Amino acid sequence: MKSYRMHLMLCAGTGCVSNRAFRIREVLETELEKRGLQDEIAVVSTGCNGFCAQGPVMVVQPDGIFYQMLTEKDIPGLVEEHFLKGRPVQRLMFTSPGEKAPVPTMREIGFFGKQRLIALRNRGMIDPEKIDEYIARGGYTAAAKALTSMTPEGIIAEVKRSGLRGRGGAGFPTGRKWEICRGANGRPKHLVCNADEGDPGAFMDRSIIESDPHSVLEGMLIGAKAIGANFGYVYIRHEYPLALERLGKAIKQAREYGLLGEDILGTGFNFDISIHRGAGAFVCGEETSLISSLQGIPPEPRVRPPFPAESGIRGEPTNINNVETWATVPEIINHGAAWFASIGTEASKGTKVFSLVGKVKNTGLVEVPMGITLREIVFDIGGGIDGDKKFKAIQTGGPSGGCIPESLLDLPLDYEMLAEVGSIMGSGGLIVMDEETCMVDLARYFMEFLKDESCGKCTACREGTEVMYKILTKICEGHGSEGDIRLLEELAHAVKDASLCGLGATAPNPVLSTIRYFSNEYEAHIKDKSCPAAVCKALFQFEIDEARCTACGACKKNCPYDAVLGEKKVAHRIISEKCTKCGACFDACRFDAVVKLPNAKKRELAAV
Amino acid sequence: MPKIKPEDLDKIREKMAKTIGLREGNARAKVTVHMGTCGIAAGARKIMSTLMTALERRPDKDIILTTSGCAGLCSREPMMTVELKGEPPVKYVDVDEKKAEKIFQDHVLAGAVVKEYALAVGSERVG
Repeated sequence: MKSYRMHLMLCAGTGCVSNRAFRIREVLETELEKRGLQDEIAVVSTGCNGFCAQGPVMVVQPDGIFYQMLTEKDIPGLVEEHFLKGRPVQRLMFTSPGEKAPVPTMREIGFFGKQRLIALRNRGMIDPEKIDEYIARGGYTAAAKALTSMTPEGIIAEVKRSGLRGRGGAGFPTGRKWEICRGANGRPKHLVCNADEGDPGAFMDRSIIESDPHSVLEGMLIGAKAIGANFGYVYIRHEYPLALERLGKAIKQAREYGLLGEDILGTGFNFDISIHRGAGAFVCGEETSLISSLQGIPPEPRVRPPFPAESGIRGEPTNINNVETWATVPEIINHGAAWFASIGTEASKGTKVFSLVGKVKNTGLVEVPMGITLREIVFDIGGGIDGDKKFKAIQTGGPSGGCIPESLLDLPLDYEMLAEVGSIMGSGGLIVMDEETCMVDLARYFMEFLKDESCGKCTACREGTEVMYKILTKICEGHGSEGDIRLLEELAHAVKDASLCGLGATAPNPVLSTIRYFSNEYEAHIKDKSCPAAVCKALFQFEIDEARCTACGACKKNCPYDAVLGEKKVAHRIISEKCTKCGACFDACRFDAVVKLPNAKKRELAAV
Repeated sequence: MPKIKPEDLDKIREKMAKTIGLREGNARAKVTVHMGTCGIAAGARKIMSTLMTALERRPDKDIILTTSGCAGLCSREPMMTVELKGEPPVKYVDVDEKKAEKIFQDHVLAGAVVKEYALAVGSERVG
């Protein structure tokens, strides 16, 4: 067992590599051998540590000496002086600014420190409307490698080995899909990029296209070579004007450089991409509906098999992947399958981009390794609940995702674990809720969206979601009855079982998961006619706390229904028969004297 | 524009290093205004105009002003990143026109980080 007396941690992140870190490593190893030090001193290539502006960097352990801005010319002198003679080279060391750094580093900030960027590797670093900037950060080198020195089978093998799974939601192994499409009999073959991103509030795909459109084009170029397709479509939702504009510019610039079109990079390979816009239908995010829409046919899902990889557009083999999946592919070709597979969990490799929204302090776009816990996302990255209120639940995967309670926050994020607890990875939406969210109202809210978006083809989905919505509305309005929960569950299972596509199959998730983890709220709504979170208007009252009221009259002045009684120096009172729960008094009061009282609580107090 | 070959990718990279790369190029400062949909919705275009005007008033030819997409922390937009040669980049958050002016004067021109507006220095983990 070799025992090294010194480890040279040489940064091999993108920044340092683009400044010749690999060459420096070669020179370093040669020099160490020349001096007979190769058995005492180990050279270790590490990932990016963040100090990219000072790169190439090298940390000498165990001394902890930080060398920066290294060049190949520096190495012989460095090896002789520091490693042989034991005298660290002052000139090459990092000297910190005069005063101690007053601003924390990106890694120290919770939001950024836990993220690891692969699909978002260029975020904030390039002008997305300048192809040269994408190339400057290593863009199109993976495509060049794939087109000039890899076989289609080799590319597919690499993607399979990486363990990449579709990032659109279903999580199907990408390499396997490419293999099926490559092996399919039909001609010609097509590629599609699904940029419909229908989940309300999700913006992962929009952000990738706005910030780094070429990452998607490069991924598709590699996929085209692997599968044997010469034409690709980007199906982008109509509601993304900026993304559409930047994508259009990117395609135009790629064509000008000959990176799209005929004889790409002089290899004789042809591939081009056209853009198609959606028209506002959530169901078009589903692949067979998308294909119908592309062909100008009303979007409805169809039975599978045959899968699009075998029979898609006009019955020809079509490989559809999500934006994030395409954007990740070049990095797998650049750094290798083993690198990608080293990140994440056993069955879910790599990183995933999430849109973190809701009641957290830091909302935004985060890319984290699979296997990170939900607690880390909510509290370390998200910074905890806004206003320091109490966490209640987090919904993962979009409008048809399940809601996960506090007790399961230490769950490692991966496809299988989420499915086990009744949720889905989905496209990556994460909505955080606090104590002021009513879980029954939430289930109703998403069911309203889903029932509107149901294409109507499958009876169970079309009728089932409608009826479930009506029951939930009834419950929220205070007319729930015994047996409603059981009926909701029955309908939920029927909708799941008898639907052709993912919309129907997952629509019942919010209802099922809220019944599973928050049944007490359903009971309160149905039996007690009370809303514990004080959201459902029929099930709570606005009241004035006499102890806090200063009789300032603000509530009375703002009430549009004359529902507040009170005079100077007399604590004001709300007339519940006239109150419409508009909340104007609640907003107007500066003394927190207007409180929301769930009906059950009000009865409790009255009984005292 | 001529169609490129694989070797040309390296040439473009080197050319870019000299023009917008602070390390080898002639520029001594690079200011990036983040203009994803989140930034634009929060008012990044005004920040951009403010900085362009401020730059036009100066004779400096070695300051790069550029745009980029969303930096990730959408809730703190508008954001801008200032990178001086030899120093790690600094991310400023919740920027408005007044703050942008101050950051330009104090940090870009005079080299002093405006701590009260800065969120963090350095870069994220990539790869």
